[in-house]
Amino acid sequence: MSEPDRTSPSALREHRVPSDAPFLVCLCILGGLYVVLIAAMLWADVSFTTVDSFFASLRSEEIRYGIRLSLISCSLTALLSLWIAVPIGYLMSRYHFRGKVVVDALLDIPIVLPPLVIGLSLLILFRMPVGRFVERFIPVTYAVPGIILAQLMVACAFAVRTMRTTFDQISPRQEQVALTLGCSKSQAFWLVVLPQSRRGILAAGTLAWARALGEFGPILIFCGATRLRTEVMPTTVFLELSVGNIEAAVAVSLLMVIAAAVVLLLVRVLGHAAPLEGTQI
Amino acid sequence: MIALDDLTVQAGAFRLAGISLTIEEGQYGVLMGRTACGKTTILETVCGLKPALAGRIVLQGRDVAKVKAAERGIGYVPQDGALFTTLTVREHLAFALKIRNAPRAVAVERVAELAGLLGIESLLDRRPLGLSGGERQRVALGRALAAYPKILCLDEPLGCLDEATQEEMCELLQRICREVHITTLHVTHSMREARTLADRLFRVENGQVAIVA
Repeated sequence: MSEPDRTSPSALREHRVPSDAPFLVCLCILGGLYVVLIAAMLWADVSFTTVDSFFASLRSEEIRYGIRLSLISCSLTALLSLWIAVPIGYLMSRYHFRGKVVVDALLDIPIVLPPLVIGLSLLILFRMPVGRFVERFIPVTYAVPGIILAQLMVACAFAVRTMRTTFDQISPRQEQVALTLGCSKSQAFWLVVLPQSRRGILAAGTLAWARALGEFGPILIFCGATRLRTEVMPTTVFLELSVGNIEAAVAVSLLMVIAAAVVLLLVRVLGHAAPLEGTQI
Repeated sequence: MIALDDLTVQAGAFRLAGISLTIEEGQYGVLMGRTACGKTTILETVCGLKPALAGRIVLQGRDVAKVKAAERGIGYVPQDGALFTTLTVREHLAFALKIRNAPRAVAVERVAELAGLLGIESLLDRRPLGLSGGERQRVALGRALAAYPKILCLDEPLGCLDEATQEEMCELLQRICREVHITTLHVTHSMREARTLADRLFRVENGQVAIVA
């Protein structure tokens, strides 16, 4: 039997497309497995504890100290991160200078480095003359300022990345117009750029806060895990687990899950709320 | 008056040298040329947004080649208007006055005057999001004129508009430039705009600026 002529005009006109269903099913199965795994993990946490034991765990003085120190240190870290991320993000977005590629890579190092290495590097730094000089005025190693510094090293990198993207998405043309209208560069930044980047600033601050909340490795190495002194929420989970108090560890973990969920929700809302023209997060 | 004398401009690897042109006081100069021929670079150099590598930029008898954009006394309208997204139309019109610490009463009066001149009284409390192309350009024009500049630089201000709005804006530009007696440099690639508006017509071709009419 002869093959149908696939070059004839009628054959070309009658082109048939296979069903999209297999493709979509594959996407759903592969993606869905991961989503189900996350949900199952959270469900396991919730089902492991009861409301009574959850609140009973939270009545412990050590755990309350850990929660309080976490909230204070994360908030300070988020504020400090913004103070650093806004100028760096703006500089990296608007200016070209020699060595920019190197600076860009350096800024990403805290993101890719293993957390333990960051803690170890900080510890070594504060054993050197410059670190010892700083410690003559303010105790850092194995102290609360060290916790904030360890959190800042990682959280700030995420804030910088967010702020840079925010400034990249604001057209420099508006600053140029502001310059012709009589603004200095500083006025153009404060009056034109910064008001437009407020969603980005909120998102960067929230991300930095969330990252700081989950930071454990650098804090453990740099500040230790001393109860009622350098104990933040992840440290509490670690300490409670190490003494076999799994219920308390799960209770604190659940608190962190709730905090993370609230933060992620906030970031989504800020990112998806009708963005100002020319500004997207 | 705008006078460019043997000006050299650069944008990236692109360079234009030996640019000379003169637009007398109160005249409407149009600079034409194909896309990417360097006409916007020339305009931005006049505005002080790009450095002049050599030559003189004389505005109202003063060489401003080394003067900051903020001190050149130019009203600048880019192609997309580049409105400030967080400000209302009223705040746009008062922006240059606020920067110059003008008294509130002066700013209020000037905003009302500009809004009347441009026909945007009903838009004063709106933000740029949702304004039509023509409305945006009117606001951008008002913002540029607020501090009484002697020079107006327009970078393809009608490029994003439909035909009917283009005609409207052409009439508006003609009327305003006549009323406020401002020297204008308008960059476009549209021959129709040039014919309608230009007192002096220049063309950028093969790296040179030629006087057409």
